[in-house]
Amino acid sequence: MLIPHPLLGPRDAQEFTYLGDAALIDRPDGLTEPEKFHDYAYLRDNPAGVHKELWFHEQGDRSWLVVTRNTVTHEILGAVLARDTARGRGRSK
Amino acid sequence: MKFSGWRVFREALTGHRGWTANWRDPDPKPAYDIIVVGGGGHGLATAFYLAKEFEQASVAVLEKGWIGGGNAGRNTTIIRSNYLLDGNEPFYEFSMKLWEGLEQDLNYNAMVSQRGILNLFHTDAQRDAYTRRGNAMLLHGADAELLDRDQVRTMYPFLNFDHARFPIKGGLLQRRGGTARHDAVAWGYARGADMRGVDIIQNCGVTGFRIENGKVLGVETTRGYIGAKKVGVAVAGNSSRVMAAAGMRLPIESHVLQAFVSEGLKPVIDGVMTFGAGHFYVSQSDKGGLVFGGDIDGYNSYAQRGNLPVIEDVAEGGMALMPMIGRARLLRTWGGVMDMSMDGSPFIDRTGVEGLYFNGGWCYGGFKATPASGYCFAHLLATDRPHATATAYRLDRFKRGAMIDEKGQGAQPNLH
Repeated sequence: MLIPHPLLGPRDAQEFTYLGDAALIDRPDGLTEPEKFHDYAYLRDNPAGVHKELWFHEQGDRSWLVVTRNTVTHEILGAVLARDTARGRGRSK
Repeated sequence: MKFSGWRVFREALTGHRGWTANWRDPDPKPAYDIIVVGGGGHGLATAFYLAKEFEQASVAVLEKGWIGGGNAGRNTTIIRSNYLLDGNEPFYEFSMKLWEGLEQDLNYNAMVSQRGILNLFHTDAQRDAYTRRGNAMLLHGADAELLDRDQVRTMYPFLNFDHARFPIKGGLLQRRGGTARHDAVAWGYARGADMRGVDIIQNCGVTGFRIENGKVLGVETTRGYIGAKKVGVAVAGNSSRVMAAAGMRLPIESHVLQAFVSEGLKPVIDGVMTFGAGHFYVSQSDKGGLVFGGDIDGYNSYAQRGNLPVIEDVAEGGMALMPMIGRARLLRTWGGVMDMSMDGSPFIDRTGVEGLYFNGGWCYGGFKATPASGYCFAHLLATDRPHATATAYRLDRFKRGAMIDEKGQGAQPNLH
């Protein structure tokens, strides 16, 4: 699989490590919302089809990406910097 | 139709005209007492034990394709009970005992072969870990032997003992472990269930559940609505998709695991061998093919096929362990979709919907669990109480901090 890195162009997926569903960006406060934190940490949508997910460019520029990929065909539909996604949702970084 | 040596002899003399189909192909009835969703090994075993041990007369298995066409036919056929933790080891040892009596139970040749499974270690720390695991196995009534380097060399003289990174220092051997013919396990359970009145309905995909007032009434299928007092779902690989139809989110990600088989070779490996440090394990089928595999690809997938980097990684593991494998040609590779759970252990539990039960999260270890998974799921479906060996496999264990994490990796499914 080739991941279209927004800064570096197409990169082999082997340069990345995989974390999981991009919903992991939206981390709730585990002290005030333990029930929500359980759902955040342990439950997944796990769809068959288009999936937004976090990949870390460990063997490259060490940026986190949100990659949109089809879990049925392995087709990669796009990639953006996770920082931009997080800031877009109101986080500081 | 009962199978026996005498029967084979008689059929051989009469032109093999007396063999009949191993199970019926019935149309679905309007309703059943218990519906099992998923005609893989676990679903068929569940139906078999429901009929045999729990005397349920009205049971159906619904399968979207053909029975045994999913992961039951895609695994690498290994059976073992070499686990460490209290939540797991009694369950897998129960499964091992069921394997040992399986062919007599089923009157079916499942080719259960207790040829032994050897886990290699390469460092003092790994030896300590395997000593501990072996002791845990012995305490739960399983068998385990710690072999030193010379004993391993006697068994497999061709291994690369002086590998620079992972020199072989010994191994943990479970002699009762081994292999079984995966297709025959599904077929044997199907035949046994069918003989006891279970309807096995193929080409019947479940598209939804009919749930009213928090109670399940039946399932919507591609062949119409079928009523049921209880519904048990055993569709590992697709658990999240099916249970989403009942409004549930699961602590599961689907991942692809690849497997490999070489061309047929003369006998060279008489047991099962794992080289965990190098992401490689291998056995030899009775046809002579080396059956081997390694790690999961590591990203969410429903594709039933993997990618080349893992093939390269597995091949490197094989070359590191037994360089002669480089002379064998690869015949086939394939992939199966795993329910990777958040702690690497499975679930056999009730759900928030009355009458709806869930069996899944088997990661890459579902095949060896088939008999006990079926037995324990049947126990839960019939009695509403978990079987004594499966009490830890609850869906709420993350909330209670009662994870069963053999590798201590935390909620990161691709690391289990």
